[in-house]
Amino acid sequence: MSRECLDVRRLLCPMPVIRTQQSVEKMQPGQQLEVICTDPGARHDIPAWCRVNGHRVIEIVEDRGEIRIAIEIGDGD
Amino acid sequence: MALVSGGLDSMLAVKLILEQGIHVEGINFFTGFCVEGHTHAIRKRDQKRPKRNNALWVAEQLGIRLHIVEVVEEYKDVVLNPRHGYGANMNPCLDCKGFMVKKAHEWMLARGFDFIITGEVMGQRPKSQRKETLPVVAAESGAGDKLLRPLCAKLLEPTRPEREGWVERDRLLDFSGRSRKPQMELAARFGFDDYAQPAGGCCFLTDSQYSVKLADLWQARGEREYDLDDIMLLKVGRHLRPRANFKLIIGREEGENNFLEGYRSQFIHLRTLSHRGPLVLVDGKPDADDLDLAARLTARFSQGRDAEKVKVEIQQPGHDPRQLEVIPLPPSDIPQGWYL
Repeated sequence: MSRECLDVRRLLCPMPVIRTQQSVEKMQPGQQLEVICTDPGARHDIPAWCRVNGHRVIEIVEDRGEIRIAIEIGDGD
Repeated sequence: MALVSGGLDSMLAVKLILEQGIHVEGINFFTGFCVEGHTHAIRKRDQKRPKRNNALWVAEQLGIRLHIVEVVEEYKDVVLNPRHGYGANMNPCLDCKGFMVKKAHEWMLARGFDFIITGEVMGQRPKSQRKETLPVVAAESGAGDKLLRPLCAKLLEPTRPEREGWVERDRLLDFSGRSRKPQMELAARFGFDDYAQPAGGCCFLTDSQYSVKLADLWQARGEREYDLDDIMLLKVGRHLRPRANFKLIIGREEGENNFLEGYRSQFIHLRTLSHRGPLVLVDGKPDADDLDLAARLTARFSQGRDAEKVKVEIQQPGHDPRQLEVIPLPPSDIPQGWYL
């Protein structure tokens, strides 16, 4: 399945979460989004946002200061 | 629709309504001035602190959805033209509360919710949560009697959710005053033992030092304007204004230097080559003499502060870097008035 990509490097929380939310609002359940960020806070905030809003974190990969968080869009329940 | 700040009061207000079997979703606004997150993320020394967005954390504890909404542009009018004026610093608390309830009201109407709840407590805050100002927020926001304050509802006229029977007024509360004790006791009753400590402010505009820097920015530019980068940079580094036409932003430690690195393409910047030292951004329109002074100040805040000479690199965006050797400016030559 193809993934959309969102680059929020350099942005500080809560901006990575806000940009993620804006992208997810335009997507359909089942689609995937990969968020690339550098703020360590996003490592916790984006998964927390996903949990409270019914989306699923598929994987989190950290490499040389970059964090890649893959999300599967939920149906809003 | 609940305004969720991440603090205890809004957490308790939501819990009271959830206990009545009502579906609640949270909304949290990012103005650019929020203390939440940013400074901790920037500063290296804070990197061992737990990093969590308190509003998200509260939402998760309560089991509600949370919408985080950026209002940086719209919020400017609140900061620049507060109808009710400022508090002790540049904090337009009453206008701010009215603005946030107004935005929540718009969100409520667009998404089919029936009323708004906040964690306001009568008498809790000197400006925005007084008996006289609570009705002002309700009226000016447009929310009117669809604004319910569960923690102090019994001290106020019944709102529409109470009159219609959507909410049982008897199960709401009558908190008032500045004491936090009733909230602490209620938190204990609900089993909340971990929550953001009330700090008296969630916003940099309540901070006197930050307000001085913001006022200086406006004075130097000759207009009361800002963008997100401006207000972010006011949170970071040591700010010195040696002359009216420029100021320096000096990283104080590695985390701040890393953050300032991201602005190198927008600002003239300096760093020391012969010694370890900070990254320094120059904001304004310095001439050659000003840049010499900036170089001596950069040397002063490096580990070469006591050396005879320090090699400094000056880089103007779009130009080749220039190197020069300077004598660090002695502390006695740095007037206290330069520090913002």
